[in-house]
Amino acid sequence: MSFNFLKYRKIYYIFSGILIIISLIFLFLFGLKMGIDFKGGTILEIDFENRPDNQTILQKLKGLDLGEIIVQPTGEKGVILRLKEIDNTKHQEIIKNLEDLSPLTELRFESIGPVIGRELTKKTKIVVTLAIFAIVFYIAFAFRKAAWIIKSWQFSLAALISIIHDLLIPIGVFAFLGKFFNIEINIPFIVALLTIVGYDINDIVVVFDRIRENVLKTTKADFELIVNKSLNEVLSRSINTVLTTLFPLFAIFFFGGETLKYFALALIIGLISGAYSSITIASSLLVSWAKKQK
Amino acid sequence: MPKKKLYISLVIIFILTIFAGALDYPKYINQWVDYFNNKKIGIGNWKFTLPHFPEIPFRLGLDLQGGSHLVYEADLSQIEEKDRGEAMSGLRDVIERRVNFFGVTEPIVQVQKERLIVELAGIKDVNEAIKMIGQTPYLEFKEELSPEERNNIFQSLFGDQNKEISPETACQNVSFLTQVILSTGQDPCFKSTSLNGKYLKKAELGFEQQTPTPLVLLEFNDEGAKIFGELTEKNLQKHLAIYIDNVPISIPVVQEKISGGKAQITGHFTVDEAKELARNLNAGALPVPIKLISQQTIGPSLGKSSLDKSLKAGIFGLLAIFIFMVIFYRLPGIFASIALLIYIALNLAIYKLIPVTLSLAGIAGFILSIGMAVDANVLIFSRLREELKQGKNYGFALEEGFKRAWPAIKDGNLTTLIVTAIMFGFGTGFVKGFALTLSIGILISIFSAIFVTKNFLKVFIGTKIEKINWIW
Repeated sequence: MSFNFLKYRKIYYIFSGILIIISLIFLFLFGLKMGIDFKGGTILEIDFENRPDNQTILQKLKGLDLGEIIVQPTGEKGVILRLKEIDNTKHQEIIKNLEDLSPLTELRFESIGPVIGRELTKKTKIVVTLAIFAIVFYIAFAFRKAAWIIKSWQFSLAALISIIHDLLIPIGVFAFLGKFFNIEINIPFIVALLTIVGYDINDIVVVFDRIRENVLKTTKADFELIVNKSLNEVLSRSINTVLTTLFPLFAIFFFGGETLKYFALALIIGLISGAYSSITIASSLLVSWAKKQK
Repeated sequence: MPKKKLYISLVIIFILTIFAGALDYPKYINQWVDYFNNKKIGIGNWKFTLPHFPEIPFRLGLDLQGGSHLVYEADLSQIEEKDRGEAMSGLRDVIERRVNFFGVTEPIVQVQKERLIVELAGIKDVNEAIKMIGQTPYLEFKEELSPEERNNIFQSLFGDQNKEISPETACQNVSFLTQVILSTGQDPCFKSTSLNGKYLKKAELGFEQQTPTPLVLLEFNDEGAKIFGELTEKNLQKHLAIYIDNVPISIPVVQEKISGGKAQITGHFTVDEAKELARNLNAGALPVPIKLISQQTIGPSLGKSSLDKSLKAGIFGLLAIFIFMVIFYRLPGIFASIALLIYIALNLAIYKLIPVTLSLAGIAGFILSIGMAVDANVLIFSRLREELKQGKNYGFALEEGFKRAWPAIKDGNLTTLIVTAIMFGFGTGFVKGFALTLSIGILISIFSAIFVTKNFLKVFIGTKIEKINWIW
């Protein structure tokens, strides 16, 4: 059983191109909804014994000079309030006011100053860039001897393009979720992105490793044939690995609770995209470049 | 004799697993140990007894057990550049002491440049803690109560039963006195004077002339020098205790009247002790104002439910992997599942030994590393199948399969390790927790695939089972 993957190169390019363009449109149209980790602010999560409706809560807090408050019901009796950064005195006033409405338990209170948020934004940019570059260099190094038609930096470039592809798609999805479902970008999301980079590389390395092995084994056969043979050989591994990783991720998504839910979702999207792009995009690019060089 | 080597490896795996399992769940092992010890096996009076396995609890992060993460920013504008490091350390000591009195288990107080990070696990009244931490440290000098007063208070606090500790020695013991003050709210030894932190200019580490013996030098301002002079005259050869936040930190004896405003505290200090005392004195003399800039508090009920949920997710994810592996890879799949269980036992044991603080992020990293661990096995089995399909015999196919899977396993895991290393540089708790468990997981997964799974599969070399092609 052998499937001619590379025949459909154009389809992959078009399909991925469309996905990337949609993601970019979402990103520029909606922007990313940054959470309090990055822009500062307050999250207060409360379980009421009898949950009052949003309007009652807002009414009750009106006199406290809290700026804009977003009230979001969660679970059966819970409410999440999002507002600007406040100090502990204000925090206590809010609780006291809400206790008038119904007995309550405070589940979570986070108030983060804008300074910390700005620092984190800066750090995040550095870390993501650093991670991508470290990996690109590693690939150039690991595949330095594989050169025949393809140079090691071309392996790196192909890897870089598929990584960016796999990062843009979840980012686009979250721009959409942020706009319509108030899902915020927080630290776990960044961790998910970094993990996607790691996994992605894992997938790409497995494919490239096969190509390298087959190139070294065969003398001067058609490069496209070799790549296609390699893809067929690693296909079951790629699918199985992404499946075994997706099992725990889906488990986290469905049962892991609120904090980890969207973390798992970002990873699920990224990993599926990664498995797809390592088979299609990364290797197709190698073949396209090789053809051009001839 | 290659088989002999294999058996040794299997025994090593077995012992490692038992050891890790016992660390993870010492309860069952210890019940068994008790049962054994109760049998009283031995010769004569000598009974053979087994020791209990140590019960080390898992360390849970604030998000799983509930607690507060507070970030303070210190205003160091009044402190000279070169003294800022010491000033922050002094502040940390003061706050650490307060937090310790607050009855939180294993509080963390850390300095990061001009920031102070306080973590209070399982705290009940965060507001009270925040109030206490934010207070300016209060430094004061206290003089002895009269012997009658002192003995009366001791009498009323302890009655006659406590004859072996004389009040006089008790009053020279910093830690004993601290305990008495904290538990009773009464100070049986010292009373306030008018000398406090605002009269102290600075304190620093010094050395006795011509010897390397460390001491602490005090310098008072003009007004302070006057008060100090009177106090030392009045209390000659008596104790003049130094208190911060109503708790003694040093109880020196006045050797002579000191009128110049410069004093020294000598004692059997090490350099570090003297430094610490100077730091604490400075924290009271030049208080550094702090401001709470970030607070994250997770209630215990939310923590508990997060823990339950993530454990549930882990178990379901694991079951799905087992089913998949067995259906798709048959016999090797079963062994990979066993190897995975061993992998989990090893991971959990290492979390206890290092120890790793398990946060939600850490658990996510661990669950994800399970996926990575399976990946190594998947790579090997795919190769094994390919080699078998080419008609190679089982033993040879096994060796080849491992050899060929190795570069991909190595490169893939190394790149992920690079990413985790970069995440460490990120510095935020969530990211670090995730990176730590993920990288531990990757290292153990390499061991598990190369050593555990391989040796399991080697068992079948030369047996009839290796000939049954459909199970591979």
